[in-house]
Amino acid sequence: MKNTIKQVFHSGKFLFGFVIFMFILLTCLIYPIFVTADPLQMIGQGNFFKPGTYVSIEESTLEKSYTLQLPKQFSKLEAVLDIDTRAQIQEFLIKNAGVAESEIDVTDAEGLVALWKANYDPNTKYSGLTTAKRKALKRLDNQITAAMKDSGVIVAEKDEEGNLKQSKVIKDTDYVNINDVTTKTFLLGTDNFGRDVLTELVAATKSSLKIGLLAGLIATAIGLMLGLLAGYVGGLVDNIIIFITNLFTVIPAFVILILISYSVGDKARGIAMVGIIIGLTSWPWTTRSVRSQVISLRNRDHVNLSKLSGHSMFRIIFTDILPYIASYVVMAMILQISSGILAEAQLSMIGLGPATTKTATLGLMMQWAMQYSAHLNGSWWAYFPVVILIALISFSLNLMNTGLDQVFNPQLRD
Amino acid sequence: MKGYKKYYGQKIFWYFLTLVFAVILNFILPRLMPGNPVSAIASKAVSGMTDSTAIQKVLNDYAAKFGINEPMYKQFFMWLGNALRGDFGVSFSQYPRPVSDIIANAVWWTVCLQLPAIIVGWILGNLLGAIAAYIKGAFDKVILPVFLFIGNVPAFGMATVLLYLFAIRLKLAPSSGGYGYDLIPNMSWTFIKSIIAHYQLPFWSIVLITIGGQAIGMRSMSIYELNADYVKYSRFLGIKDRKIVGYVFRNAMLPQVTGLALSLGTMMGGALVAEMIFSYPGLGMTLLSAVNGQDYPLLSACTLIITIMVLIANLAVELLYGVIDPRVKANQLD
Repeated sequence: MKNTIKQVFHSGKFLFGFVIFMFILLTCLIYPIFVTADPLQMIGQGNFFKPGTYVSIEESTLEKSYTLQLPKQFSKLEAVLDIDTRAQIQEFLIKNAGVAESEIDVTDAEGLVALWKANYDPNTKYSGLTTAKRKALKRLDNQITAAMKDSGVIVAEKDEEGNLKQSKVIKDTDYVNINDVTTKTFLLGTDNFGRDVLTELVAATKSSLKIGLLAGLIATAIGLMLGLLAGYVGGLVDNIIIFITNLFTVIPAFVILILISYSVGDKARGIAMVGIIIGLTSWPWTTRSVRSQVISLRNRDHVNLSKLSGHSMFRIIFTDILPYIASYVVMAMILQISSGILAEAQLSMIGLGPATTKTATLGLMMQWAMQYSAHLNGSWWAYFPVVILIALISFSLNLMNTGLDQVFNPQLRD
Repeated sequence: MKGYKKYYGQKIFWYFLTLVFAVILNFILPRLMPGNPVSAIASKAVSGMTDSTAIQKVLNDYAAKFGINEPMYKQFFMWLGNALRGDFGVSFSQYPRPVSDIIANAVWWTVCLQLPAIIVGWILGNLLGAIAAYIKGAFDKVILPVFLFIGNVPAFGMATVLLYLFAIRLKLAPSSGGYGYDLIPNMSWTFIKSIIAHYQLPFWSIVLITIGGQAIGMRSMSIYELNADYVKYSRFLGIKDRKIVGYVFRNAMLPQVTGLALSLGTMMGGALVAEMIFSYPGLGMTLLSAVNGQDYPLLSACTLIITIMVLIANLAVELLYGVIDPRVKANQLD
């Protein structure tokens, strides 16, 4: 056993595939330790931010703000009160409101506005003015009122009882120092919902691997069982099993996958369910190959000897047949895992993947990217990493498979 | 030829049997699950109606048409009778178009895209694989890892890569659809040119994927054959290399033909998803719109037609195999 493992790791192909796969697997396990944020949290507002560094809007609102003494042209009130307007106000105050000229200081915007507010009443019909002038004054009053308002943003939070409670008002004049605010770096940008693609990708890979593993385990278990039964028992059992297996190799698994996934309905289709469905549709390959292996083993001398010794069927299968095909079954399972991951991706792209908003899978990421036309608007970061990851996983698994094949099947060694 | 009759007869009978099972599965699988699709159709049809007598009437109508109240086997024969006449009901999502009309439109796009693409990819892949095995050296060292990787890229992944490179970046080809959106299908030269332009990207993405998968298999088969005793013996006899390669290629190809038959279904599934990336008006898009529109009649017709296509293609490959494999011929002559 120890020797076999040593031999396996001497194979360059296996080692290379193993390293890639382990790297992916370890990233899935280690990355969440450092980045504890929810992978599906929507951090960026708006969709498809390019990879890069952004100032976090959310966190800048929590920062302490300053009121800056900005130059006059930045103040709204000053912008409204240009020289002509001031003259207009002065003229009105003197002529219609009877304010003494000495009381009016045109340079002091605040004072001028205070006087205006005290003396102007939009509902009074001032005499000695044309209608146009009256309307102009009314518009001016509206402008001043608008300029004096603190048009800001109100930040509210839900308290324990679920009621919204105002926690902060951010005025137009509030500023924060950009160095105080945390910036966020999206190495792979954000997706259509404004989620960080990198974090989501790691979580998605993890759940896709889970689906693949589940599908591979189920498919291998069914395939192994049917293959052993068909190959060892033979006769009618063999005929029935091989008939069913042939049926399901010819009827595309893809079609059965679609039919079952659709019929199960959106409610029941979670991560585990999709893995189970994929596993239930992909066993025929394993059955065929296990059966042919068992048939070639069935009449070997050591098996015959066991039979003569009166060992039970289970004992013969477990001690005399299984050890010989174990390497083969492991290889078949590696391929099943890789095709399971691919099947999930394809199923999701048709819209029949896991119907969940709680977790991401590689297929779901791909599906959303396509639904929001990432492939047409050039947002490569939303789907290329997914494609590359699927390809890498299946590439590494296949390399491992080829490496194992060469170790256990010396004829293939070059 | 007399011997072949039996072989072909057996094959055709076996495929007919498979078809029967496929049709039964297509009918039974959705009905085994909670929420009978026909009841779902009926309840969808009456949603929004308030008049209870009208609802009753519609439900009765559906019950009569699909035979909900009949036993399962009677329902099956009603459904089968309708399907044989090409009547798959009316689509929900594209009401009031009949499903058979939608399928008839879409199926030719898919056939004309995938059949040539898979054949071309298969031939090119086998050639490259055989060459890699024969030449060895640098060519083999470079080509093997490249194809090993390409063969593992999912078809839709290759589609997005080609789309990004050639349609978005280089603007060499149109990005989606089967023909220009400003054209009406006719036999004019502009329309044919537009079809050809839209054909390129989906075609090559399927070809590339197929090449990747086939080349690897062919390479290892050829290496296996090249080391076989008959090759060594032929060399020893001084037979020309060219002739030996011919034998080797032929022998290595036989398992590849069987492999093609076995993987056709998987290949078509992948290619259908690749079609969706390009919004190609074939069965892939139809499938997608059926799922998105909760259009059960369209979906079940799609899966049925895909199954039938795969079965026909498989049968064709197996019949071809009978001609090229001398062992079959020998068996028949006995």
